[in-house]
Amino acid sequence: MASQAIDIKNKKDSQSVARSPDMVANFEINFYQYLNAEGKIVAPIPVVIQDPEKLQHFYKAITQTRMFDKKAVSLQRRGQLGTYASCLGQEAIGVAVGSAMQKQDVLLPAYREYGAQFLRGVTMAEILLYWGGNEVGMNFQQARKDFPICVPIASQVPHAVGVAFAMKLRGEKRVAVCVLGDGATSKGDFYEAINAAGTWSLPVIFIVNNNGWAISQPRHQQSRATTLAQKAIAAGFAGEQVDGNDVLALYDRITQALNKARDGGGPTLIEALTYRLCDHTTADDATRYRSDDELKLQWNNEPLRRLQNYLIDRGYWSEQDQTRMLDECRERIENAVGEYLSTPSQGAGSMFDYLYHSLPESLQEQRRDAIKGSHKHD
Amino acid sequence: MTDITLIDAVNMGLATEMATDPSIVVLGEDVGVNGGVFRATAGLQKRFGQHRVVDTPLSETLIAGMSIGMAAEGLKPVAEIQFMGFIYSVIEQILNHATRLRNRTRGRLSCPMVLRAPFGGGIHAPEHHSESTEALFAHIPGLRLVIPSSPSRAYGLLLASIRDPDPVIFLEPKRVYRLIKQDVQDNGEALPLDVCFVLREGTDITLVSWGAMIHETLLAAELLAKSGVIAEVIDVATLKPLDIDTILESVSKTGRCVIIHEAARTCGIGAEIAAQIAEKGLLNLLAPLERVTGYDTIMPLFKLENHYLPDVDRIVAAANRTLES
Repeated sequence: MASQAIDIKNKKDSQSVARSPDMVANFEINFYQYLNAEGKIVAPIPVVIQDPEKLQHFYKAITQTRMFDKKAVSLQRRGQLGTYASCLGQEAIGVAVGSAMQKQDVLLPAYREYGAQFLRGVTMAEILLYWGGNEVGMNFQQARKDFPICVPIASQVPHAVGVAFAMKLRGEKRVAVCVLGDGATSKGDFYEAINAAGTWSLPVIFIVNNNGWAISQPRHQQSRATTLAQKAIAAGFAGEQVDGNDVLALYDRITQALNKARDGGGPTLIEALTYRLCDHTTADDATRYRSDDELKLQWNNEPLRRLQNYLIDRGYWSEQDQTRMLDECRERIENAVGEYLSTPSQGAGSMFDYLYHSLPESLQEQRRDAIKGSHKHD
Repeated sequence: MTDITLIDAVNMGLATEMATDPSIVVLGEDVGVNGGVFRATAGLQKRFGQHRVVDTPLSETLIAGMSIGMAAEGLKPVAEIQFMGFIYSVIEQILNHATRLRNRTRGRLSCPMVLRAPFGGGIHAPEHHSESTEALFAHIPGLRLVIPSSPSRAYGLLLASIRDPDPVIFLEPKRVYRLIKQDVQDNGEALPLDVCFVLREGTDITLVSWGAMIHETLLAAELLAKSGVIAEVIDVATLKPLDIDTILESVSKTGRCVIIHEAARTCGIGAEIAAQIAEKGLLNLLAPLERVTGYDTIMPLFKLENHYLPDVDRIVAAANRTLES
């Protein structure tokens, strides 16, 4: 950088007359969309996502995620689940992330990435257990190195830098994948993390689920920046926008970013433009701050219908396929709900059992007290 | 077999541990090429390379947050926050993540990391460089809070902190960095965490302290000895989890107790120690216990810092009041 600055200075010195400043940097942000809201292909798509099985996989995974999500909200409404963060309308992002990642990669999610988590082997029962108030839900039996759901906004982004640092230090062909929301890009944690990821050219990708809203605050209240993708530019790496309701574009762009990171090319930020068709959580009421008209309009862009139209157009999906899929999804969800509801609470002692590797002597008395009094709350 | 300072002991401990455990990565601001502003990491980058002794961008939240990611991935980060005054943005990562990771994944992931920071007053440092805010960390479940007071304990406790499978905040009293020298053997032997150290045995009064105040406390004990009072001096060393048993045992013997710390009084760790003595050892007390602490004021700029910091006279006076009642 120093030598660049000197060059510029010399250039200027060589000019004897006043002139416009030299441009020292110039950037652009691209937007990618393959499948539009009507389900028409609008750009050449790579061979890999022309495969009918791949397309059916996306469709099934998005459907499964949406049906799970609907079930979770209904469990909450019936008092059988705690506050739940829905991913309605944003399922394509999770499904694309989960499909593009390799097993040895590490996912660091926020809390609307169920689609990705299911594909990585996290079970629906585990997600329900977490929102149902039981820590065992984040003890994933698969995806053992994936991070748990992260509620404090953007606080998981620095973790991704550490995970990627470890991968790079050991020379592994692995990538850390961090998903965050549009609101998260306003936080210092995010800026500190992407800055370091760029500095060290780490194998990490950042997926911004820009669903238009951070609880009640619309995207334009978060930042004057034209795109959130351009924030990557300041951190020294590429950023791009992708239609976050187009699973094909998402899958392709995420795959390319993963390949680049895996091959030592450093980070990428992908801003996935989608829309939060749900409330922020089940504890929120979005009618207080957003219009029905806007919501209605956004339903035209959601990810599932367009993919269904495309599959049917191509002759890749029949009514029997649909019926069979829905039956299978329902059965899996019912099984998961059954497992969730029949999982016993862990007992008061467990509050202490994972606090330290081994419980310090000074806490044994508190543990005994907790267990002694616990019958009142069972 | 030369005598070394506390900062040398930290450096020696880091080097010894890094040589035996390749998963250790030291990171922080100016820790690499510069060897740390206090020289705690001097020579380490040259010896272990820039991938294991990492100069980070100027980003404290990043330092703590990436340490969590590294720890979960099997590395052992030993991070430095340059001064305690810059540690506060880090508390979110410690409170929300480092200490919770094991619990919230039911042991699937854990966070063995050490966060070192110099703390405390007495070196005429600029604003924001002299506070003793260790109590902020003592309130966080799942954490270990360790404060050495001498070169040998710095070495042994640092090894123990690095080897511990849980997150440790390791606060170094910077006034002691070069105050005293001790013969410290580089033998790789850790000291136990979660226990207090009895530095001086006595029968008449128990003086409880940690960090830089240990030295004022030891001087006070010597002065008291001249007037025939045999004080027991306890270095708490690991402030969380607290080894109250050693303190209670001492108080049951002496019946009198003065707690000395540099930090502000209200909700300082002295309050917790006093509360536990009241709960479990009240009937052994022959007199009300006393606290000698920093005031509940903003840490003053250095012209007034000696007015703020507890000194030998205040400790002796408190001890005498306790002995007289």
